[in-house]
Amino acid sequence: MKSLGSIRRDFAPWNDPNAKPYIQFDNVTKKFGDFTAVNNLSLTIFEREFFALLGASGCGKSTLLRMLAGFEEPTSGRILLDGQDLRGIPPHRRPVNMMFQSYALFPHMTVENNIAFGLKQEGMPKPDIEKRVAEMLKLVKLEQFAKRKPHQLSGGQRQRVALARSVAKRPKVLLLDEPLGALDKKLREETQFELMDLQQELGLTFVVVTHDQEEAMTMADRIAIMDKGEVMQVATPAEVYEAPTSRFVAHFVGNVNMFEGKVAERTANTTRIKGATGAEIVVDNAAESSKGADIVFAIRPEKIKVSSKRPADTVNALEGEVYDVAYLGDMTVYHIKLDDGQIVRASALNASRITEDPLTWNDRAWVSFRPDAGVVLTR
Amino acid sequence: MSNIAISAAAAPSAASKPFLTRLGTGFVNRLVIIVPYVWLLFFFLVPFIIVFKISLSQTAIAMPPYTPVLDFSDGISGFFAGFRELNFDNYVWLTQDALYFKAYVTSVVIAAISTVLTLIVGYPIAYGMARAPATVRPTLLMLVILPFWTSFLIRVYAWIGILKPEGLLNQLLLSLHIINQPLVILNTYTAIFIGIVYSYLPFMVLPLYSSLEKMDYSLIEAAKDLGCPPTAAFWKITFPLSLPGVIAGCLLVFIPAVGEFVIPDLLGGSQTLMIGKTLWNEFFANRDWPVSSAVAVILLLLLTVPIMLFQQAQAKAQEQGK
Repeated sequence: MKSLGSIRRDFAPWNDPNAKPYIQFDNVTKKFGDFTAVNNLSLTIFEREFFALLGASGCGKSTLLRMLAGFEEPTSGRILLDGQDLRGIPPHRRPVNMMFQSYALFPHMTVENNIAFGLKQEGMPKPDIEKRVAEMLKLVKLEQFAKRKPHQLSGGQRQRVALARSVAKRPKVLLLDEPLGALDKKLREETQFELMDLQQELGLTFVVVTHDQEEAMTMADRIAIMDKGEVMQVATPAEVYEAPTSRFVAHFVGNVNMFEGKVAERTANTTRIKGATGAEIVVDNAAESSKGADIVFAIRPEKIKVSSKRPADTVNALEGEVYDVAYLGDMTVYHIKLDDGQIVRASALNASRITEDPLTWNDRAWVSFRPDAGVVLTR
Repeated sequence: MSNIAISAAAAPSAASKPFLTRLGTGFVNRLVIIVPYVWLLFFFLVPFIIVFKISLSQTAIAMPPYTPVLDFSDGISGFFAGFRELNFDNYVWLTQDALYFKAYVTSVVIAAISTVLTLIVGYPIAYGMARAPATVRPTLLMLVILPFWTSFLIRVYAWIGILKPEGLLNQLLLSLHIINQPLVILNTYTAIFIGIVYSYLPFMVLPLYSSLEKMDYSLIEAAKDLGCPPTAAFWKITFPLSLPGVIAGCLLVFIPAVGEFVIPDLLGGSQTLMIGKTLWNEFFANRDWPVSSAVAVILLLLLTVPIMLFQQAQAKAQEQGK
């Protein structure tokens, strides 16, 4: 049997031009009165994919999910599931199930009746229902809680009941609306991995809505980052982090430093950027930009080296003063105020227990980075 | 009131406080609990005992019109002597005359039918209100309560104007040629049902509304998502979850409807036999205070005993659910 990691490594239908999309949003727009929740959005999701919709609240990600579930109809555009246009199909006839943010467990039913609810609607024979419910209870490790009512369960247990109920019908697609939002941090981290295992085990397509970038990065095969009803970027977690295509995405996922300036010179492989205050950096060519164009170099804090002396072997070194130091245990975050006034965030892994010559407040310091350590953004 | 109780109960350091402070908060807590008990004692139990005492006496031409019973005027010994002479003649009398039994039964039946009708009319109203946009809900709530601002008696009288043979309803139906002869509604049970449903509708709608309004709509969405059509979702999710409201509303309508006097008297005519009317007649026409008190005591038992049994069964069921 292949390990989880290798399955996920081989899984990349979005790179295959012949792969058939499973869920397809075609120019979908959704308006609530004057407010445009989703604006002319197109998106494809593949079978067995773990797809995350990531964005701040009000970005339209939940509306997208609710349109897929059938609770909202698109104002224009169409949604296809496995080639079938979903327009006009009411929620109870769609082969998708949703796990609600509030869990929406039926308070007057026991755990097993909650899980059996969807199966009974299907008209499944009673012995089959009992078998499936037992299977689901085992899957979420709640066998001994079958007869309890939702209010007699902890938050984590309720979450599992909601999950079991939503997968009990073996839907084509499972929609998860902030599935871990109500759990505390530790439980959330554990559950993330459980959800991933479950998705592999059942071979379902998962579409998860979240505002938590860490959650999306951990679980998803691909992430769609949304803002104001539009998709800003759809990519794997690594691509989203290392190669954001816009300032919004770079800012939204993780921490980032932005060097703004104009293109001073362009050679075959590198671009020289002149900052507003005169500092110059040299970076790898990435985006099309002619001389004099406004440009931004975005670089992650962990790709910036901080040292007390100017490193000899680097093209990009800027001098400044330590403005703030935050020791987080596994790493230390420095805020360096450059001589031109910009504050740079840099983080250093605390690989050894004792650091010789530690930098502290008001020390002079150099920040340095390689020309390929960040990305050039034009929008 | 509850503030004090909560803060005192939530204080984790209660044990570390000085003894006197603890005694103080305990006293305040107890005082808070005592207030409703004192209220019930003075405004329910004491009047009930007075009524019960009258029901044990005999009618007399006097002021008040009954013989004294269990009086302290002869001292403690007189009181105990009175005890030995106690008799339940009035209660026996109630069982001997079929009129009272019939009146009780008719009242309960009329009240039960009216309650069901009120529920049927009130549920859609409450449901519509609870699902209305949050901005219009206060207005709708206001509209439900609005009739209370007019005298109950006047509103019931108004129904006479509507229901009588030459009334508004008949005029309308005749002019529309739906009927050829005026309908006889006034002075029938139908008129009583209309009157009770109309008068008690707010008591049904308000508890229903409050239980429907706090229901999480995502439960309905979850039911639909799991393959349940909207109508089935209503019966499987919405209705069971609104049961506390249904029960509260039904009790609020049923209990006063059983003892209702004004509506059967004004709309039901002279031949309707309801216990409230019987009570009125005993009290004001016959000036028989002892018998009417006995009627009242029986009525109270008739209403409270089933409710208490029901509540006990509910409490037990809830305990077993855990």
